[in-house]
Amino acid sequence: MSKRAGNNRLREAAAGYGFMSPAILILGCFLLLPILYAIFLSVHKVNLLGEVSYKFTGTANFERMIDDQRLWIALRNTARYALIVVPSQTILALVLASILNMKIRFRNFFRVAYYLPTVTSSAVLVLIFMWIYNTNGLLNFLLEKVGLPTYNWLGDPSVALAGIMIMNIWSTAPLFMVIYLAALQDIPQSQYEAAEIDGAGVWQKFWRITVPQLKPVTFYVVVMGIIGTFQLFDQSYIFSAGSGGPNNATLTMVLLIYQYAFKNLDMGYASALAFMLAVVIMLITVIQRFFFREEKLN
Amino acid sequence: MSRAAKRLKPLVYVILGIYAVITFVPFLWALSASFKSMPEIVSGGMHIIPKHFTFDNYRTIFRQEPLFTRWFLNSAIIALSVTAFNLLFNSMAGYALARIKFPGSTLMFYSILGMIMIPGQLTIIPSYLIIKELGWLNSYQAIIVPMAAQATYIFMMRQFFINFPRELEEASQLDGLGRFGTFFRVVLPLAKPALAAQTIFIFMGAWNEFLKPLMLMSDKAMFTLSIGLNTFKGQYISFWNYIMAASIIMTLPALLIYIFFNRFFVQGVTFTGSK
Repeated sequence: MSKRAGNNRLREAAAGYGFMSPAILILGCFLLLPILYAIFLSVHKVNLLGEVSYKFTGTANFERMIDDQRLWIALRNTARYALIVVPSQTILALVLASILNMKIRFRNFFRVAYYLPTVTSSAVLVLIFMWIYNTNGLLNFLLEKVGLPTYNWLGDPSVALAGIMIMNIWSTAPLFMVIYLAALQDIPQSQYEAAEIDGAGVWQKFWRITVPQLKPVTFYVVVMGIIGTFQLFDQSYIFSAGSGGPNNATLTMVLLIYQYAFKNLDMGYASALAFMLAVVIMLITVIQRFFFREEKLN
Repeated sequence: MSRAAKRLKPLVYVILGIYAVITFVPFLWALSASFKSMPEIVSGGMHIIPKHFTFDNYRTIFRQEPLFTRWFLNSAIIALSVTAFNLLFNSMAGYALARIKFPGSTLMFYSILGMIMIPGQLTIIPSYLIIKELGWLNSYQAIIVPMAAQATYIFMMRQFFINFPRELEEASQLDGLGRFGTFFRVVLPLAKPALAAQTIFIFMGAWNEFLKPLMLMSDKAMFTLSIGLNTFKGQYISFWNYIMAASIIMTLPALLIYIFFNRFFVQGVTFTGSK
């Protein structure tokens, strides 16, 4: 009897590892191993020419960051970008979701339509916007029509980042809208009914019930927005043809890492930058998870 | 409905309408350019309906750009393989974590949770060096293999199978099917909603992927559409009619998948949070 139970357990273990083995193999080789390798690279100087060789340099790569002018430019761009994009897309997402949550006709049509930018590749979106932004393009045409100043959206350093911002608010807000929409449907209808009996109007209900109830989701959306800002790459790469120009106006953290790694072939320093970026992003994620869990328990 | 809400109704439709226009205009403008001739684009006519409707742009990019078809096929091969492997491997791993007790399963589950939090940027450079060492640069497997299983969707499948009724599996085990038989013949066919949600996200992620092919493919014949489009832009500066036609071609497959699987979309988004 006990032998049979043991056999059974063995068979279960074999089945378990069998089911897990492809995932273990892939995640092990292309996620866990690279993480360790990344830490190794970040404390070495890597020579890629000829035979790959490494020279241990301790914290030199990290110390180098302090004097790296372009890193500070990238960080400043990221901060400026986050300050405008994150609040804008969050508010837009909340407004759209609240409206779509009302009893309206064609609700599904609007939901499906609004989501369209999110399923389109960033390469395509950037090209479409470059076509709209070019000096003789649609945007300048419309601005001129209503008597506003026109810009060289792609070549003028003072507006190039704004061009990416507008595009990203437009393409990311619908994603967060869907998250808000799901959260709105979880708010118990009875709360609104109770408020109605107390004579609360549409606005009061929105500010007193909807907004407070959505606090954890808003927190989540804001954090995701900030992380997305740190991870910005495709858009600035395509816009600037990989340079981060004009005059570093569209330089982002990941683009900087890419340039150091694949243009300057300075893999050690690039890895150190990637490591710092990952630490920052993970800290933000951990803080968010921590608060989110707290909120849920309350 | 209260009176205030009724008064707001028309305003609500106006806002929804305006935002729908804001969403659609860039796409329509691109679509319109893809059917316009070069002279019409240069002349600066700002009408959305082309004056001289033409298919020439599409004909040109497919006929005179032999690599364009190749890029399309590369993208299709990569996106379809990545999707197929993920559906299989993530479901298998998720099922094991949800149902099978084996030594180390708890550790693996927490490792998967931890991996979800690792930002992809950390592994870009080491992955490149590993793939280079394997001699995989400029090959399909360079992109397909590292993307063939993803922690986020393993977790998603695990959550799905945890809530899956056990009775069905027990019945099939009584019928003499082993773990593998039960999984492939009974469990997987019933997991269609979860598989559909995965299909959308993974296919789109792979189809739209930009950074990986950018660093792993230097041979033009191995480019995917997203990288190809970017080169195309450099090559045909200001030939917006061709660039927009190529963009439309790239958008169509993802759009079809989205429309086809749309009803599984929301549950997927709310589950994974962000792409």
